[in-house]
Amino acid sequence: MTRLAFENIACFRGGRLLFEGLNLALAPGEGMLVTGANGVGKSSLLRIAAGLLAPAAGRVMRDGDVALAAEAPALDEDQTLFAALAFWARLDGGDDQAVAMALAAMGLAQLAPVPVRLLSTGQRRRVTLARVIASKAGIWLLDEPASGLDMASLNELAAAMAGHLAAGGVVLAASHQPLGLAMREIGL
Amino acid sequence: MSPFARLVRRDLTRAFAHGGAWLPLVFYLLVATLFPFAIGPDAALLAKVGSGALWTAALLAALLPVERLVRPDLASGVLDQLAVRGHSDEGIAAAKLTAHWLSFGPLLMVATVPAAALLNLDGATLERLEIGLLLGTPGLAALGLAVAALTAGLRSTGALIGLVMLPLAVPLLIFGAAPGAGALKLLAATSLLFVAGAPFVAGAALRAGRT
Repeated sequence: MTRLAFENIACFRGGRLLFEGLNLALAPGEGMLVTGANGVGKSSLLRIAAGLLAPAAGRVMRDGDVALAAEAPALDEDQTLFAALAFWARLDGGDDQAVAMALAAMGLAQLAPVPVRLLSTGQRRRVTLARVIASKAGIWLLDEPASGLDMASLNELAAAMAGHLAAGGVVLAASHQPLGLAMREIGL
Repeated sequence: MSPFARLVRRDLTRAFAHGGAWLPLVFYLLVATLFPFAIGPDAALLAKVGSGALWTAALLAALLPVERLVRPDLASGVLDQLAVRGHSDEGIAAAKLTAHWLSFGPLLMVATVPAAALLNLDGATLERLEIGLLLGTPGLAALGLAVAALTAGLRSTGALIGLVMLPLAVPLLIFGAAPGAGALKLLAATSLLFVAGAPFVAGAALRAGRT
């Protein structure tokens, strides 16, 4: 059973209290969209959910593996897209087939033999989403997943998220744009 | 393949991409070539200072790869992705230490053979030097990794790395260049201490860098 819950979370960054008393609970198949102005703490919220950042107060409960699509692509520039993604997929216990399926899901199949350094910003963003798909993790944490994506990619993202939720996964996304999927919203 | 082996293989591939791992080797040989030019063609004198000169060259060569050990992975988010997957920071540091030594220790030992010839070192001195490097380079690699992790979040680190690392490497230099079996044992002990401590120092630095 995949779950993610925040209990009375407070976040303190750079001498500033970003938010406090935050509660949320995501049951299997539930998604949530975090909205708010720049610098309000959306990325910090996702980093707390991922366990990368310790909250100043409160408790995070996670049932299931976590996959994070953050701003940084975390890909080796010299390798081909397929090899760079396969490194992560194999760390997650996946195989070449999982990589190929994830690439196809984000419309990147033709770019598989291209070196990562030649990819555009939007293509890199799609690769980070493909890594999340390939990870088979239950909890998806997506930081601005729609930024830089074209219409076709937005639809692929929405389809991937809908498929993940239908399979009992959990999605917590921070975004300025609508993601083309009906989700509860929480404003920071 | 275990995750540890995958991380080691990735770091090794990256170290040898674009010939990066060959740079310390070339630098080491270059410094070894400079000494005879500076000291003059006095074979006896060269043989006397040769062992110490090569240890100094090894120490300086060990500084070169430090900047690209941790910083690129921190900037590109690789360390975050590994942490999300539950890999311990100490484990990541241990994998990086293994890969770093593999990409630099054995190469330095091979390069010592021509370097010793340049300095007119005899067979016994060369053998002693190779044993010393085998024992000492893991310690140098450990120091390099710890310093790399500690300075990864800072902006310009070129000179800082040398200032932090060189004083700490003095025991390795003293015991490595000194004659006698006792010095080798102390060299091994110092190196072991650095190798044992570095994953924890570097792991703590990686963790502190995330907050």
